[in-house]
Amino acid sequence: MSGYAQGRRLAEGSEAMAEAALLAGCRFFAGYPMTPFTELLEQFARRLPEVGGTCINAESEIEAVGMAWGAAATGARAATGSTGQGLALMQESLSELTRAELPLVLFNMARGQGDYFQATRGGGHGDYRHIVLAPMDGREAVELTQGAFDLAERWRNPVLVYGDYLLAHTAEAVDLVPLDLPALPPREWAVDGSLGGSGRARNVNPLGMRKGQKGIDPERFWKRLQAKHDAIQAAEARHVAEQTRDADLLVVAFGSLARFARHAVRRLRAEGRRVGFFRPVTLWPFPAEALARCCRDDARVAVLEQNAGQMIDDVRLAVAGRVPVVSIGGISSDEAAFGIGPIYDPEEVHSRVASVLEPSP
Amino acid sequence: MSRPVIRSDRPPRAPARKTGTFLPALQLGADHDLCPGCGEPLALRSLLEAIDDLGAAERTIGVVGIGCYTALTPLIDLDLIQALHGRAPSVATGAKRMLPDALLFTLQGDGDMLNEGLQEVIHTAARGEAITCVLLNNGVFGETGGHMTAATVLGQRTKNTLAGRDAAQHGYPIRIADMLAGLEGSAYVARASVHDAAGVARTKRMLRKAFETQLARKGFSFVEILTMCPTGWFVPTADGPGYLDEVLQPVYPMGELKASE
Repeated sequence: MSGYAQGRRLAEGSEAMAEAALLAGCRFFAGYPMTPFTELLEQFARRLPEVGGTCINAESEIEAVGMAWGAAATGARAATGSTGQGLALMQESLSELTRAELPLVLFNMARGQGDYFQATRGGGHGDYRHIVLAPMDGREAVELTQGAFDLAERWRNPVLVYGDYLLAHTAEAVDLVPLDLPALPPREWAVDGSLGGSGRARNVNPLGMRKGQKGIDPERFWKRLQAKHDAIQAAEARHVAEQTRDADLLVVAFGSLARFARHAVRRLRAEGRRVGFFRPVTLWPFPAEALARCCRDDARVAVLEQNAGQMIDDVRLAVAGRVPVVSIGGISSDEAAFGIGPIYDPEEVHSRVASVLEPSP
Repeated sequence: MSRPVIRSDRPPRAPARKTGTFLPALQLGADHDLCPGCGEPLALRSLLEAIDDLGAAERTIGVVGIGCYTALTPLIDLDLIQALHGRAPSVATGAKRMLPDALLFTLQGDGDMLNEGLQEVIHTAARGEAITCVLLNNGVFGETGGHMTAATVLGQRTKNTLAGRDAAQHGYPIRIADMLAGLEGSAYVARASVHDAAGVARTKRMLRKAFETQLARKGFSFVEILTMCPTGWFVPTADGPGYLDEVLQPVYPMGELKASE
């Protein structure tokens, strides 16, 4: 199929996200195969040439992020990705190109939720932040993938889309509709080679270097970046909350596992239990103020995440000791370690939530 | 007839006057912090002149690694992307794929290219990317103060091989140009030097041929330029060119290793 896929169709998450990226104007992708990211690479390799773009089968993740860096520096909408393991290899470049203020989109088709720290804290050096979007299902992945390219360019900052095995490989009905987004300023920062000899040539660099000026001014440069990240934090936190007003217990979950949490909460509500649901859509900035508002003084918070306890740190920071926070998640893995553990089971999640509810009156 | 005596210890009657400019095209100034006797400013000048001679300044993008030469980038009047240590060939690949009509070059030192980024330059050459990679090879990590790289020649003293590089302990230097010339994706591979005037002239000719190879879309091109690092070599500044000629050149002989017709 050439051109753009549009309208409603049945698609696996990998396909839906790649098509959404094309709709958002993505013209460059570089990647290295790794389960469960591989199918996303396959989609880009097949589809990008059909819309005049380029997909490079990079020889390593380190080279993939380098290639995406160069493509993004020309102003092209570019992306790369991997699983958390591959993204670990990319971290040095990711922190540098954040300082170079390049609008790169990253996909972590993670093996479960153990990469929360990597995604939200970053494994690279220095002070930097990535906007992190965590779709719950294919439909939202289409919207957030498009939004990622817009946010990346608007803030000139990398945006990471956090997916997983379930999202990548589950076929769902999705609506491939281009988002109607406000226009962005021209990409005057991008290099195209045209300013050579003009005295005004550009230098896309992570050091705050300027042409004609010797040396660097790191403190001023880094403080400016910090101010930008503060502005992102104030403006971009997003969440979904359900039935929190009278909730004695608030269940917090993100990504695919949040679907199971929401299902359990709805079921318990139907059983007459006063339980609410809170899902951060952005993992960074974490919707801390919204979570604090959704949480009554006499409520408790239960965090469902498939790891040893990572997002729970952000939840605790959000409620700042005001209410008890307990974990109902934990490590849960399939035999291949690809990220689908026994926790991905409606009954299992229901019983975990029920186990921390006060006994029914 | 007796020669006039110049009293050099007396201050001049008038301040020195600037009577001409030695600035090449595409260089925004001459004020830099590199050491006296360093070969990198000469190599940069050759590169800028080659681009200017081709009339390619308004379609050129340079991707620069991390080394002493990084401090020269504010002087380069070309669109640049600053890359990390070792990463320049991949960054240039991404930019070139998006802008196929641009002239893309990378600038890396031997520590950058041969230690941290060896696989990147090899893969880039093997893919036949139409970019030109330029290696400034002085056999040491100059910016850190003169430490052994994968290109340090046997016997060469560095801060972490004070008795000289010893094959039994440190292994042998990598001749990257020879390796790249053996790959099908490379179209032009040459080794140059800036230790004397003839070498500088040859460096510029080789760079020009490399760029012409790229613009003719013949494949990957590569120019290794031997440069002096008297600070990192433990030799007096004035002896730098001689040391390059006598110690480095036997290991890294000048010449074109591969050129397409």
